[in-house]
Amino acid sequence: MIVAKRKPFEEIKELLKKYKKILNVGCGTCVSVCLTGGEKEVKILNAELEMARKLEGNPIELGASCVERQCDREFLAELDPIVEDYEAIMSMACGVGIQFLAERFPQKPVLPAVDTTGLAVNQDVGWYEERCRSCSSCVLAWTGGICPVTLCAKGLYNGPCGGTNKGSCEIDEDQPCAWYMIYERLAGQKRLDCIMNIQAPNEWKDQVPRTLLHYGYKKRNYRDKN
Amino acid sequence: MKSGSNLEKILKAGHFAFTGELGPPRGTSAEEVRKKAAHLKGKVDAVNVTDNQTAVVRMASWAACIILIQEGLEPNYQMVCRDRNRLAMQADILGAYAHGIRNMLCLSGDHCKFGDHPHAKGVFDIDSMQLIQMVKKMRDEGKFLSGSELEEPPKIFIGAAANPFADPFEWRVYRLAKKIKAGVDFIQTQCVYNMEKFQEWIKQSNEMGLTEKVYILAGVTPMKSVGMAKYMKNNVPGMDVPDEIINRLKGVDKKKQGDEGIKIACEQIEKFKEMKGVSGVHLMAIGWEHRVPEITERAKVLPRPQVD
Repeated sequence: MIVAKRKPFEEIKELLKKYKKILNVGCGTCVSVCLTGGEKEVKILNAELEMARKLEGNPIELGASCVERQCDREFLAELDPIVEDYEAIMSMACGVGIQFLAERFPQKPVLPAVDTTGLAVNQDVGWYEERCRSCSSCVLAWTGGICPVTLCAKGLYNGPCGGTNKGSCEIDEDQPCAWYMIYERLAGQKRLDCIMNIQAPNEWKDQVPRTLLHYGYKKRNYRDKN
Repeated sequence: MKSGSNLEKILKAGHFAFTGELGPPRGTSAEEVRKKAAHLKGKVDAVNVTDNQTAVVRMASWAACIILIQEGLEPNYQMVCRDRNRLAMQADILGAYAHGIRNMLCLSGDHCKFGDHPHAKGVFDIDSMQLIQMVKKMRDEGKFLSGSELEEPPKIFIGAAANPFADPFEWRVYRLAKKIKAGVDFIQTQCVYNMEKFQEWIKQSNEMGLTEKVYILAGVTPMKSVGMAKYMKNNVPGMDVPDEIINRLKGVDKKKQGDEGIKIACEQIEKFKEMKGVSGVHLMAIGWEHRVPEITERAKVLPRPQVD
């Protein structure tokens, strides 16, 4: 899932300082699961902001809403009738959701209340770890199911480097060395041949905005052209 | 001859090579480079010029290399993958060669986190293995990484690093084999303190026939003090400093610890001279350029051979 982290409270306050009436919109999907931007977190942030602004003698009126998915038009539509009542919108969704919200209401300032952190696994309640950088060139087949693009601090395709420190990465003792893990796993599977050959330089596919057109979509929309 | 560099000639002639190292200044002083170079002149076969070492900004390696050439020394141009993409790297290689640089050391580079701009974007467009391949392709095929032709290929003697002490140890010899496959001509290793482990790695390399395909220069850094030894042991990732080194330094008067460090280094160099599979030594006298004349004297590696 996509995980995100709430921005520091002072930063959020700074973003809102010009406004008196804001709609805070959460998202019921990924950021809800990672306990950052769901219905509950919208209410908590609103309460904190209301209190802070009141104490400063500059009260703010905050609306709360949480749509099922901010990256989906059909769910954003439910905001159409209420947005007009607000000076600006704050979003607690991931960067994708925030942008889609901004696209739907181009006349309104849309402000992010969270920083999107990445594509992560759910290790435990409140513990999420990044696993994928969505590079569009998956190498997991020959790296024992461990992504060096994400988990190696240098994103090496032919690791490990000389900084491996008793199985940890040179950047931090608490950060396991991705290539150490890759070696261990492949050795265990007797598949070290997977990394004996030199991996060629990656042809980066993430240097331009990527669009995915499913074959079904093409079939529906480009029938005449094909 | 692949490049005709002095280092290549010396190694090819079968001499025991001896290379040094110089860190460019944190500023614009060509004079500082010249001063450091003066200590190394005539004492080493080539001088590694570091590239933003430990991710700290310094004068560009190629620029300091040119100053060395002006001073009559042969540089070994270090290039890390951290700070530039494949376009910038290839452009720098062409420019370096045009200015007379004939040796290169291809490295991944320390992570930005260690340096003076810890939140800089680490590029790593290609890694050190792929950098070796790229330089080889430019040199031997006269082609850029993209496959398009380049005019007057850069005849570079290609070097790389090896750290026999980093985990997993069993993989290190295969990693060396990969670098050879990529096209490396010579290797300079991480500073050796654990001689036993180094010997084991060299033994494996000999058995796999790797030392016949590549020149290996063992890395030596004399310890200046007990403090430095402890720091290297505990704070430098991938460094293996056995307690016996620390204890030996502890065993002498504080003022004589540096001297003892040089003594240990010279004993190591003597062993490397006799070690099958080792073709030379790379001396990284960090901040001790002025003591290189003394170290080389005591290590009995002078005068340096002249090969035409």
